[in-house]
Amino acid sequence: MGHPPLEIFAFEQRTPLELPLYLATVSAGFPSPAEDYIDKKLDLNEHLVRHPAATFFVRVDGDSMRDANVASGDILVVDRAVTARDGHIVIAALDGELTVKRLRRQDGRLYLVPDNPDYAAVEVSAEASFEVWGVVTYIIHKA
Amino acid sequence: MPTTTFALVDCNNFYASCERVFAPHLAGRPVVVLSNNDGCIIARSAEAKALGVPMGQPAFQCRDLFARHGIAVFSSNYALYGDMSARVMVTLSRFAPAMEIYSIDEAFLDLTGLPGGAAGQARRIRETVARWTGIPVSVGIGPTKTLAKLANRAAKKHPACDGVLDFSTHPDPDALLESVPIEDVWGIGRRYGAMLAGHGILSARAFRDLPREFVQKRMTVQGVHTQLELRGFSCLDLEKAPPAPKTLMSSRSFGRAVTVRDELAEALAEYVSRVAAKLRRRGLVASGMQVFVQTYADASGRPPYANTACAAPPSPTDHTATLISLAGRALADIFRPGWRYKKAGVILLGLESRAGRQLSLLDAPAPEAARNARLMAALDAVNAKWGKDTLAPAACGIGKLWAMRQEKRSPRYTTVWDELPVARAG
Repeated sequence: MGHPPLEIFAFEQRTPLELPLYLATVSAGFPSPAEDYIDKKLDLNEHLVRHPAATFFVRVDGDSMRDANVASGDILVVDRAVTARDGHIVIAALDGELTVKRLRRQDGRLYLVPDNPDYAAVEVSAEASFEVWGVVTYIIHKA
Repeated sequence: MPTTTFALVDCNNFYASCERVFAPHLAGRPVVVLSNNDGCIIARSAEAKALGVPMGQPAFQCRDLFARHGIAVFSSNYALYGDMSARVMVTLSRFAPAMEIYSIDEAFLDLTGLPGGAAGQARRIRETVARWTGIPVSVGIGPTKTLAKLANRAAKKHPACDGVLDFSTHPDPDALLESVPIEDVWGIGRRYGAMLAGHGILSARAFRDLPREFVQKRMTVQGVHTQLELRGFSCLDLEKAPPAPKTLMSSRSFGRAVTVRDELAEALAEYVSRVAAKLRRRGLVASGMQVFVQTYADASGRPPYANTACAAPPSPTDHTATLISLAGRALADIFRPGWRYKKAGVILLGLESRAGRQLSLLDAPAPEAARNARLMAALDAVNAKWGKDTLAPAACGIGKLWAMRQEKRSPRYTTVWDELPVARAG
């Protein structure tokens, strides 16, 4: 057990992805002084994170959300500032465990529904310890 | 001249609450957090307090108690606490035109003249912070900072308050002041508390009602301010405050707006040197650091920008150069160009006695400090590129016998990719 490297902890996991946005088209094959045309660098956070203080990343374990394009090992962008509605994919704290499911409200009843026919939906009973932990806004999946 | 309305927002059992956000099975269970090397108890959830788990007690003396009650025990995880603190502070900054970060888990807000009243705003603040970050907070409101602090303490003590108490609408303010022991009044402290108790002054109310001459003769101007504040006359604006116990902080409002990052870094380096010197004088080391910045509102009417970043040294330290380099990196993370900065500061976290460590880095003399900082930066750069511990000061030893014991540390859920919380899809 060595000691951990120096780490900086910011309120948002900023991994600025510096993708220059070229405003001038450049013919391929030439080194070009295109630097002059770089308007700004795109930061993926701007696109994926609407509420930095309320946004967390959560890793998926299991394939019960396969048909919603959520694979095991994927990283989910979870925004706790978003109000959960019927049909949202949510992270729920159910009986002491974080789980990812689709939230369904029907006739005043609450269900956590998988997106994979091999798994069964769960009705959230009144006595279960349950809360919506956050709403999944993006799925980060390696191509 | 309308009177100011201050609110003190304070996270409930902050470290224990942080551990719970990502571990729902801990809801309602007693939780304790230990200092570095799993030495002493530094935080307790409400359930652990109710079981009589003593604050500051060495952990090995509590093993039976932990086992008997199924208490969840964690090593301190400053990466997590620092990140969660920043989230809470950023969320709070949306609710008031001015705020002052007071410690890792407390901030003063100016709630003067808000439509709907301060208490309504306080409830919205509580609800939003809980939803956005998962951290429960209490809010005390009052016409002075000292009364806001006192109201906050009472809000936490009485469940009926539901986490919000406004001193100015309290039905019996005298009884409330009567119920606060003198040494618990903000800014009084142990020494003056004992002196006052010797004179039979045992409560906040008794102190408030003392002749002013008595206080002037026996206490500093701060004592006089505290008394005036208890009487409802505000002496401490958002910039002035007695230091928080158990943390070391140095911060200042700049004489003029600062716009250049290097200038901010220089100011921070100076603050760090100051707190590091304090640290050494008291024989302490720090296991973490929080840097914060606040700006003026800008011409276009954007609300002011406020942010904080945390950093942790590889092991607890009192070494100025190490701390300066940490502060510089933390600043890099939160500095945004195009703002006029009003204030910056640094808070040292996780203070503990140096005596427990086998290794003590003596502070370098002043001319060495700059070279040392460059050395540290080079060291960090090399280790970042070729993996940690590629280069390490020989003084740290090869065997790392002193490496921190953190056997019960929770994952760094919010700051390390390999340690994200996991949601089951099964």
